[in-house]
Amino acid sequence: MNGPLNLLIGVAMGINLIALGIGRVPSLITAVAIQGIALGVMPFLIEEHVGLLVGSVAVGTIVVKGFVIPTLLRRAMRTANVDREVEPSIGFVPSLLLGAGGTIAAVAFAHTLPLLPEHAGSLLVPGAGACVLTGFVLLIGRSTAISQVCGYLILENGIYLFGLLLIHATPLLVEAGILLDITVGVFVIGIIVDRIQRAFDSLDTRKLTVLRE
Amino acid sequence: MKDLLLIIVPLAGAALAAVWPSDRTRPWLLPVIGAVQVILSFWFLLDPPPIAAGAWFGYDPLARAVLPAVCLLFLLCAAYAVPYLRMRPERSNRVFVASLLAILGLLSAGHQARHLGFLWIATEAVTLAAVPLLHFNGTARAFEATWKYLLVGGTGIALSLLGSFCLGYASLAGGGSGDLTFTTLIAQGPTLSRPWVLAAWVLLLAGYGTKMGLAPMHTWKPDAYGEAPGIVGAMLAGGVTTVAFTAILRVRVVVAAAGSGVVAERTLLVIGLFSMLIAALFLLGTRDFKRMLAYSSVEHMGILAFGAALGPAGAFASLFHVWSNSLTKGALFLSAGNIRRAAGARTVDEVAGMMLLTPRSAVLFVTGMFAVTACPPFGPFFSELRIVRAGFDAGRLGATAFFLGCLLFAFFGLTRLVFAIIDGRPRTASVQTARSFPETASIILPPLVLLGLSLWLGLATPELLQQTWTTAVADLYPTP
Repeated sequence: MNGPLNLLIGVAMGINLIALGIGRVPSLITAVAIQGIALGVMPFLIEEHVGLLVGSVAVGTIVVKGFVIPTLLRRAMRTANVDREVEPSIGFVPSLLLGAGGTIAAVAFAHTLPLLPEHAGSLLVPGAGACVLTGFVLLIGRSTAISQVCGYLILENGIYLFGLLLIHATPLLVEAGILLDITVGVFVIGIIVDRIQRAFDSLDTRKLTVLRE
Repeated sequence: MKDLLLIIVPLAGAALAAVWPSDRTRPWLLPVIGAVQVILSFWFLLDPPPIAAGAWFGYDPLARAVLPAVCLLFLLCAAYAVPYLRMRPERSNRVFVASLLAILGLLSAGHQARHLGFLWIATEAVTLAAVPLLHFNGTARAFEATWKYLLVGGTGIALSLLGSFCLGYASLAGGGSGDLTFTTLIAQGPTLSRPWVLAAWVLLLAGYGTKMGLAPMHTWKPDAYGEAPGIVGAMLAGGVTTVAFTAILRVRVVVAAAGSGVVAERTLLVIGLFSMLIAALFLLGTRDFKRMLAYSSVEHMGILAFGAALGPAGAFASLFHVWSNSLTKGALFLSAGNIRRAAGARTVDEVAGMMLLTPRSAVLFVTGMFAVTACPPFGPFFSELRIVRAGFDAGRLGATAFFLGCLLFAFFGLTRLVFAIIDGRPRTASVQTARSFPETASIILPPLVLLGLSLWLGLATPELLQQTWTTAVADLYPTP
């Protein structure tokens, strides 16, 4: 069962690196959307018989991460009139190197943790680690608000990957609650991005420096 | 099922507020629901509803030990909110009232959650529900503060979800079912996979520590407290931080059951003292009296973490301190709000002589400052005294001396700032704005009552509460 799953996780890890090297915001949003869809498909590969519960969470994930959130972000981007990342605080090449280093470290680190035999051959743990680290690099290293949100989403994707290890143990209500919280979260972020744009006439978070000690 | 009322009533109130037609009468929903909630929380305190084994929610000993304090704080903030919102007729209060009530319901859910997943959902939902409250003032600064709050708070809370999953995997790897109910995890105890438990502890402490505002994850706090209305600051400092603290306490029990209790206590000790140090340093440096309240909150979160690191006696003192901190901080936030509005500014460079312009609020503010810096006979003095005693009894002499040193520096920082804005000759601009904000009974009574409660808590700590805290501590330190 691990073959196709690992392939998809590999794709997700590749998207991490692409996201770190992309300068145009619309392409970044697309990359995050594709990663979201890949993640939503995974439960179908893990389970031999996908029940109604797992199936609905998986479809929910595809719809939310692949379509709803990217649409919200694209709308925010259009009202804000941003197209390109303006001078990231960590340059594209250094962030790529950081991301690649992080991915290698995640793969190496995953071997040191005790995994159940059925998870030992899967890339779920290294994939999760790589996504979380990539998310952090984007959160810290990008200066437009929407790119930072994309970083947050990739970080969230890493956590989702890790959560797949517990797919049999977590009640559906919890899964649905988590998904709902994340959707509302991005919705709220979208509204704030819009307001910031109006208040500061830019989405460059480096201008958010009034509040400083 | 009775205990679910504590969650349902405020959430139903929030829904009602969302459809209530009149802006003028809507704020009254806040004190009404707040009063019902206080009655319910104390009624169930006297007559605890039974909790089914494996239940996802329950008014258990730890929830009973802290939730009534949050409800009391909410009621008084709600009473203050009615005149406050009347002063802000230019803004619709629909979202404000609904969000505040939703926060009350979600806080109650978070305190009562006996499942790590639901605890996370409730905490994350509180974070989101607070967003419209933070930028209620609609200024550019408020949006900046909200952005930082969302980004830092969102990342933190994401880490705690990862930590929750790690704990689930610790159970799976140890041959368990991966069930995230606290009772199941504790029962599984020593069979939990150690490396995963430690990873979970680090992530959960970082995540809920961010929500609590422990340094170095406190960076959102000064901005958020500085820009939000006083009521919101009070609810964040006294309510939201509390739910994160009880989350850490609950996780600590699991970590201790897995045999890593010493590691957990050591990290709590270090992070608690570090928070106090950072807070003390910033308190000595800041010139803004609303940001001062945020650093004071960072300090008190450090005190809570330090207390929680000192065994059963320290945990008892920390639960006591949750009460004294919530009530006293509430009084400070509300009186600071009055002064801020009357002065029309918030830094020592622009505000002075408030004793002449707003004498009642100024007296409340100074008294609250003395209370929060643990001057007798207010609640914080007695709770912090217990922490110090627990520290000495645990043989942590150096750490306790450091703790006392931080308290002293924080005291210097707070007094310097508070007396600077109270004393002296009022600025001309302040004299004009103060005229349009008379100190009516409706904005003075809520902080006064909160301060009175803090005093009462110190002078005559009710037997009922002491028993509740003892029961909670027995739950947090189960004898094998």
